[in-house]
Amino acid sequence: METDVKGAGPLLSNTSLAERAYRIRRTALRMGAVQGQGYIAQALGIADVLAVSYFHALRYRPDDPHWEGRDRFLLSIGHYAIALYAALIEAGIVPEDELETYGCDDSRLPMSGMAAYTPGMEITGGSLGQGLAVGVGMALGLKRKKSSSLVYTLFSDGELDEGATWEAALSAAHHTLDNLIGIIDVNNMQADGPSMGVLSSEPLVAKWEAFGWFTQRVDGNDIDAVTAAIDAARAHGGSRPRVIICDTKMAKGVPFLEARERNHFLRVEADEWAKALDALDAGRQHA
Amino acid sequence: MSTATPAAAPVKKPRLTTSAMIASIAGEGQRTKAAPFGTALVELAKTRPDLVGLTADLAKYTDLHVFAQAHPDRFYQMGMAEQLLMAAAAGLAREGFLPFATTYAVFASRRAYDFICMAIAEEKLNVKIACALPGLTTGYGPSHQATDDLAIFRAMPNLTIIDPCDALDIEQAVPAMAAHDGPVYMRLLRGNVPLVLDEYDYTFELGKAKMLRDGTDVLIISSGFMTMRALEAAKELDGDRVSAAVLHCPTIKPLDAETILREAAKPGRLVVVAENHSAIGGLGEAVAGLLLRNGVTPAFRQIALPDAFLDAGALPTLHDRYGISTAAVVRQIKGWL
Repeated sequence: METDVKGAGPLLSNTSLAERAYRIRRTALRMGAVQGQGYIAQALGIADVLAVSYFHALRYRPDDPHWEGRDRFLLSIGHYAIALYAALIEAGIVPEDELETYGCDDSRLPMSGMAAYTPGMEITGGSLGQGLAVGVGMALGLKRKKSSSLVYTLFSDGELDEGATWEAALSAAHHTLDNLIGIIDVNNMQADGPSMGVLSSEPLVAKWEAFGWFTQRVDGNDIDAVTAAIDAARAHGGSRPRVIICDTKMAKGVPFLEARERNHFLRVEADEWAKALDALDAGRQHA
Repeated sequence: MSTATPAAAPVKKPRLTTSAMIASIAGEGQRTKAAPFGTALVELAKTRPDLVGLTADLAKYTDLHVFAQAHPDRFYQMGMAEQLLMAAAAGLAREGFLPFATTYAVFASRRAYDFICMAIAEEKLNVKIACALPGLTTGYGPSHQATDDLAIFRAMPNLTIIDPCDALDIEQAVPAMAAHDGPVYMRLLRGNVPLVLDEYDYTFELGKAKMLRDGTDVLIISSGFMTMRALEAAKELDGDRVSAAVLHCPTIKPLDAETILREAAKPGRLVVVAENHSAIGGLGEAVAGLLLRNGVTPAFRQIALPDAFLDAGALPTLHDRYGISTAAVVRQIKGWL
């Protein structure tokens, strides 16, 4: 029996990317309900990017998460684990019934993403600002192996505060890591408030261009735009590393959560989870 | 211009120059080997095609340049970026390679701690970290003196820590590090490194302490180049009819508990731990804790660096000032007997 290989070609499923994104959001909300709180807004914001990544771009085998030929997807932002778990469940790498264990004792789905716990989790993020630098090492390693696999690293605008992110940016260009694709989630929200108030990082396009990266900036909640950007990043002929700056909306798809001013870590009342799922469904019907 | 001799000129001591700040720890006339770490890596590379070397702008100063020259295709210059160095080494290990990453001990321990801890140790990745200028091996002052690296690293789970004594120790430690599955931190002596252990029946074994010479009055437990000082001191103490045993303990973590407890429990010996590190959190306190937890309570003393930011200056001066020269070791032990 031939193993199912996703991505890097025509979709093997008729499920649309929008449908995948919806399901990722839905699963993330269900996981959030288990704990009653969490980084829900980030998960809802990044769901479209994850849908495009896992159902358009990445090569992987759901039944063999360590398959050598896979593309690597590094989650630097450990607290976005809830979003990645939802994508891994959608991709069939993690069984759906495990979502009930999210953040519980002995679960394979701890609140912050750790490689030793979860199939498909490539690195232990969480201590912010490490992911892109680990990605540099993996990209160097893949080149040594003459592998065609790509390293995607998802990190956040908040992680641009960390010096190591820029060490990695310098290094990736210096080492001509054309197999490294950075994806920055710019949701303009950090622990202490709006990112631009915590530490300004704009102009991002000019900075990454100046650091020697092939740079694109898109609406991270526009699936077609994200798809086109990832395609352009993969197809780019130059020797530069590639970065896609994705502007996303916190809590995208659930209007009453989108409206909350401070939504870095959401506490949602017990009855609100059902409302959130309803709001998500309503938005989907109107889409 | 006067030709008169200034009669009252103070007698000037010969001034030790800057070169003595960065000189190797080898004494005058001592046998040495050049760049044992780099040489051992080149040798190891013959049988380990997965071996790669990385540094943060300190290849020449960690002897990694020997490897880089022999295998330019297996060498990565990561720039003066220690956090990146460690994370990139983690990435290479994740892809199945055996990275040896080098920098100075101060920068690995103080600056890149979180990256070693989270990207490497928590994942038990096969990264080997070799760091020059451990303890007091430079007179450049606190910016370059890693007097606290053992204290910093000992609490890191999964991390094996070794503090070799001389060129032979380093040469044998390198393949042992590679054979060990998991992260290892090595305190590296670089440049012209003394060679002393070849005169003893000694082989480096990861996790093992070795008796280099036996004695009845004092048991010196030591690591790093302090074992060399302990051996020199033991010879001098012989002349004063003080019989000193020297137990070399190059693996700081995990400690060779069995050997240390057995030797320290032998009655009638003062136990002295000698280390090139702050008295806080290094080998001395590791051994003290081990002994107390196991009900072994000999008379116990520490030879170590003070809990202070140390002076800049010439190494021989500083070693004497802070009690880790051979003469100072002898002086302290005689004072305790």
